[in-house]
Amino acid sequence: MNILADILSATLLFAVPLLLVALGGMFSERSGIINIALEGIMVIGALISTLLLRAFDLSGFGPANPQLAVLIAVLAAGLSGMLYSLLLAFASINLKADQTIGGTALNMLAPAFAVVLTWAIQGQGNTTILIPGWVRITAENAGLAGAEGFFARLVFKSLYLTTPIALVLMAVSSFIMYKTRLGLRLRSCGEHPQAADSVGINVYRMRYIGVLISGFLGGVGGLAFTLAAGSGFQSQVAGYGFLALAVMIFGNWKPLNIFGAALFFAFFKIIGSYSGSIPFLPDFKEIRSSEYIYLMLPYIVTMIVLILTSKKSRAPKAEGIPYDKGAR
Amino acid sequence: MKKRATMPKGALNLTASLVSILAGLLVGFILLMIFNFDKALYGFGNIVLTGLRTPDRVAKVLYTAAPLLMTGLSVGFAFKTGLFNIGASGQYTVGAVLALVGAILWQLPWYACILLGMIGGAVWGAIPGICKALFNVNEVITSIMFNWIGLFSANLFLYNSPRMLANAWGAINKDRTAALDKANPSAILPKLGMDKAMGSNYMNISIFIAIIAAFVMWYVLQKTTFGYELKACGYNRNASRYAGINDKRNIVLSMVIAGALSGLGGALYYLSGTGQFTMGKQLLSMGFNGIPIALLAASHPLGTILSALFIGYIQVGGEALQPEFAKEIIDIIIAAIIYLSAFSLLMRELILRGRSRRRQAEEEKSRQAADTVEE
Repeated sequence: MNILADILSATLLFAVPLLLVALGGMFSERSGIINIALEGIMVIGALISTLLLRAFDLSGFGPANPQLAVLIAVLAAGLSGMLYSLLLAFASINLKADQTIGGTALNMLAPAFAVVLTWAIQGQGNTTILIPGWVRITAENAGLAGAEGFFARLVFKSLYLTTPIALVLMAVSSFIMYKTRLGLRLRSCGEHPQAADSVGINVYRMRYIGVLISGFLGGVGGLAFTLAAGSGFQSQVAGYGFLALAVMIFGNWKPLNIFGAALFFAFFKIIGSYSGSIPFLPDFKEIRSSEYIYLMLPYIVTMIVLILTSKKSRAPKAEGIPYDKGAR
Repeated sequence: MKKRATMPKGALNLTASLVSILAGLLVGFILLMIFNFDKALYGFGNIVLTGLRTPDRVAKVLYTAAPLLMTGLSVGFAFKTGLFNIGASGQYTVGAVLALVGAILWQLPWYACILLGMIGGAVWGAIPGICKALFNVNEVITSIMFNWIGLFSANLFLYNSPRMLANAWGAINKDRTAALDKANPSAILPKLGMDKAMGSNYMNISIFIAIIAAFVMWYVLQKTTFGYELKACGYNRNASRYAGINDKRNIVLSMVIAGALSGLGGALYYLSGTGQFTMGKQLLSMGFNGIPIALLAASHPLGTILSALFIGYIQVGGEALQPEFAKEIIDIIIAAIIYLSAFSLLMRELILRGRSRRRQAEEEKSRQAADTVEE
């Protein structure tokens, strides 16, 4: 049973960044802006927040108030992601530039900027920003010392503050999207901006809001990914921003479906890394480096599912088209 | 609006690109000054001059530009036909590995290996194309998935083909493919004596093959019915179908051609005999670099030649930045150039709009004058 708890715990851990970033993509695309820059936004969020955690660690503030420090780092990740996404919003909303062009530029800029800044701060060649140990929530520091058994292991095997925050953010996103005026207006701008404008909705403002929310979620997702990856921040997020786009499409641009899609993808990813210790999985003894078979698994499974569910897939109608007030 | 016709579109695009290149370089210079003020001018000099300093550096620029040109063409061609081929990296990888299989396992000459590389890339491009055409799955997502599937299958295959690896050919490395000069010298791209003339091992015919490919793509897109149909599908899929164009077939063909171009890029790079394919868990950046190159050239095949040469040039310059600066400053410059090209597009529009408005106002005035005279 321990292995099952470990797998579920790791699945949740890796589903969190996908969930956050895919939700971010959803807000942006629902407002009509294709946000391909999520990868870059994640990098910036992770960069700023890991630098902050490092500073907290050095100053002694972090070890003294660990979860408060993490909370501040989460906010910093979100705000820096938001700030960075302003570049995308400005280019694609005000300048009406091609949204993939702006996004691609931002994706290129972020990791390069991260390397240069990391070098400048940590000295040449030190390309990894380490995550301090106190960031993790253990059973002991949660006041549940001695908690044993399946659920304790499931919860505390690898718990970071980002996990509960992500679950809350998902609930909030779902609420905003479907139960508030803002959500309705946002969605209308992604479907038919001209109609939205004709009833007095400020399309530019709605799209700015969509992109900024996606910047916030993307930034937090960047931190969540770095925590999950566990080896510190190395100026990249291993393509998770793009994977999150796939998760978003797989989740049909709907919060709950996105959560399911993120769990699904993360589960197949984790199966790969645990393949050696799961008894009933084939271990391909006669094939060398068979871990690659399992590394491919999540991508192949997602492909198959995308093909099978493609009939139901429905993208926001006006996404990718710059809104021009003059055009009818 | 009449003014637009007097200034050719190509010249406008070129001016726009040049303005953003200059602005991007300025951003780079400012960054250098922020990080190390004393060495900034020296570093900037390295970026803009290294590529021409010695014949060897010139050769390195051409060697770097050839695969960049191919992936740039691949992305640009897909753009022209309304598709975003973000899968150039996977197609490049599969093309490279298949070309190396031809070279090392099957001991084929270089031209056959190049063909294999194109086939590998074409197959890897075809799958997202088929998914898009038949199942309407977004090609961006499928291409991303197939980048990873391509990388991991390449690794899996190479680890299970001991004869492909360097340690089967007298080296100790187990994590990369064999050096071609040991495994099969006939698979190395011909150098036609240019390597001796330029004193550089990097010089071979790859850049010329890539330039020929660019001209072929330009011809196909601009001068053939087939190219016209592909572009029509890109502009409006439904209208094209209404006009009797087989849109599904064209989408698949676009991706097949884009994939073949990327695969050719992979083949050219690894058949140069100077680099060995190393198994890693990171996607090869060469494929992603094709995106800015295509964007800088506004997807025009001939413009892509210039932008690939330029990006190759400053990348070689970037290598000379170290150890004083991180060579990633080059990536920042390229990103700034791409981002700024959005601004220059706007500036262009503003200039044109301003002109046409002034013209309208003048016409209005003269008409009013004419009216008053009639009264």
